[in-house]
Amino acid sequence: MNIQEFISSAAESSKRSGPHDRIVLSSRVRLARNLRSLPFPGWAKKPDRVKALETIRPAVESLPQMKQAYSESMDNLTALDKQILVERHLISREHAAKNAGSGLVLNKEESLCVMINEEDHLRMQALRPGLQLKEAWQAIDQVDSALEKKLDYAFSLQLGYLTACPTNLGTGIRVSAMLHLPALVLREQINQIVQAVNKLGLAVRGLYGEGTEALGNVFQVSNQMTLGEVETDIVERLNKVLAQLIEHEENARASLTEKKSKVLFNHIGRAYGILANAHSISSKETMNLLSLMRLGVDLGLFPGTERSVVDELFISTQPAHLQKSFSEKLSAEERDLLRSDMLRERLKTVSRPDTTHVAAATGEKLDKENEE
Amino acid sequence: MLCDICKQNVATVHLTQMVEGKTKKVDLCETCSKAKGVDDPTGFSLADLLLGLGAAQDMEQAAGGAEVKCPHCGFTQADFKKAGRLGCAECYQVFSEGLEGLLKTMHKGTKHMGKFPALLKESRDLSDKLKHLQKKLDKAISDEDFETAAQLRDELKNVRTRISELAPAK
Ligand SMILES: [Zn+2]
Ligand SMILES: [Zn+2]
Repeated sequence: MNIQEFISSAAESSKRSGPHDRIVLSSRVRLARNLRSLPFPGWAKKPDRVKALETIRPAVESLPQMKQAYSESMDNLTALDKQILVERHLISREHAAKNAGSGLVLNKEESLCVMINEEDHLRMQALRPGLQLKEAWQAIDQVDSALEKKLDYAFSLQLGYLTACPTNLGTGIRVSAMLHLPALVLREQINQIVQAVNKLGLAVRGLYGEGTEALGNVFQVSNQMTLGEVETDIVERLNKVLAQLIEHEENARASLTEKKSKVLFNHIGRAYGILANAHSISSKETMNLLSLMRLGVDLGLFPGTERSVVDELFISTQPAHLQKSFSEKLSAEERDLLRSDMLRERLKTVSRPDTTHVAAATGEKLDKENEE
Repeated sequence: MLCDICKQNVATVHLTQMVEGKTKKVDLCETCSKAKGVDDPTGFSLADLLLGLGAAQDMEQAAGGAEVKCPHCGFTQADFKKAGRLGCAECYQVFSEGLEGLLKTMHKGTKHMGKFPALLKESRDLSDKLKHLQKKLDKAISDEDFETAAQLRDELKNVRTRISELAPAK
């Protein structure tokens, strides 16, 4: 079966829900593991990479969790297939660049995804919607415990699981969550928050866009240290920080609606106006405006519209997802036209933002704001 | 300003991050930032980059100018400088000196505290138990407590059997 047929549609995917998914889009725990006897993938010659793949792939496929999994060698995926997997956050860009000698095993629910011969022989990840780091850790811990019976891991008593890069040494764990933080960005509090979280030894960065730019106001928070700490402590530490980030974002939303409602409604109204009426729009602009619309849905400005409508567009307007419905290769300009067609069509049934309910609750403060 | 990785192109991507209270900075050219997946949610960590650059220098110093090569995979410290990655599991032994400082600055500690493969965990627990029992046995013998000594010998035998059962599995 083709991977594009195997994975859920953008609509199905965006209907998955989990705790705190107003703000936490998804949780992920990744473990890095290597085989003792073979060089790491980046240094291994092709025969050794193939050997690693041939050892690991059947072991992963035989797991009960992978009963109806999709399993394929990376050279059998097209560039478009790979790009779609990247846009769904199932594989890394590094893995998308791999060919023969690398592989992918993905379960039916898209909650377990194993990359074979990425930077390490094994990069296994558990994914969950919303805030479910503990659940993700337990799921991947089980997979790892089952695999260690079949595979001879590179492990040292002193340094733990040995990884290609020393930054992943020890537990080989990367615990992360994807957060939607539009209010903290609008209130210009985000830099301060990012610095505070960095001080705790956690990394925060924009999920889309280059460097520190955060398109769509989506951020990823993850641990950096992997050695000298127990996995569950790392998960717990991240959980605490995420609880605080959720609170900060909620507070920022509340204060925007109370004190800066005009500014807020202006942003959301314009976002809707452009998305619903544009005849050409880039992927970047789309993400930033959809983020504002998502905030509008959360704040009750689009009664009758589910958040999943926005989340679906977030996925389906990305370049590879747009391309996949067309047989001929589209240029960026053509994609911008088709993207706007898709947005206008999808937003036809979404009425423009209704601020009356939100405004009524804060009418008094609004007047005050206007007097200033 | 030149790119920290290739040292050839002009750096256009500038990243800063607080790591353990210290500000770390990296400047990259367009090509290297793409190659390192700076915009990649599932892969990139600035720490990874910084680490690779710093550790290569440490390794050179530890080697005192001589070229150290991993006998198992042929990896050298020059390769580490280029890739910021090691060649194989054995490399961690070969380059341990150069890596130590780096691990100290980047991680919470230098001793693994997390999960152990179950078999290894059991055999480690057993070898601890073996040492402990042996000590008790020595004491029982010197105390001429032969009843206890006999008991301990039985226990020791069981532990040794379990250890030899585990051994061929790995
Ligand atoms: Zn460069
Ligand atoms: Zn080596």
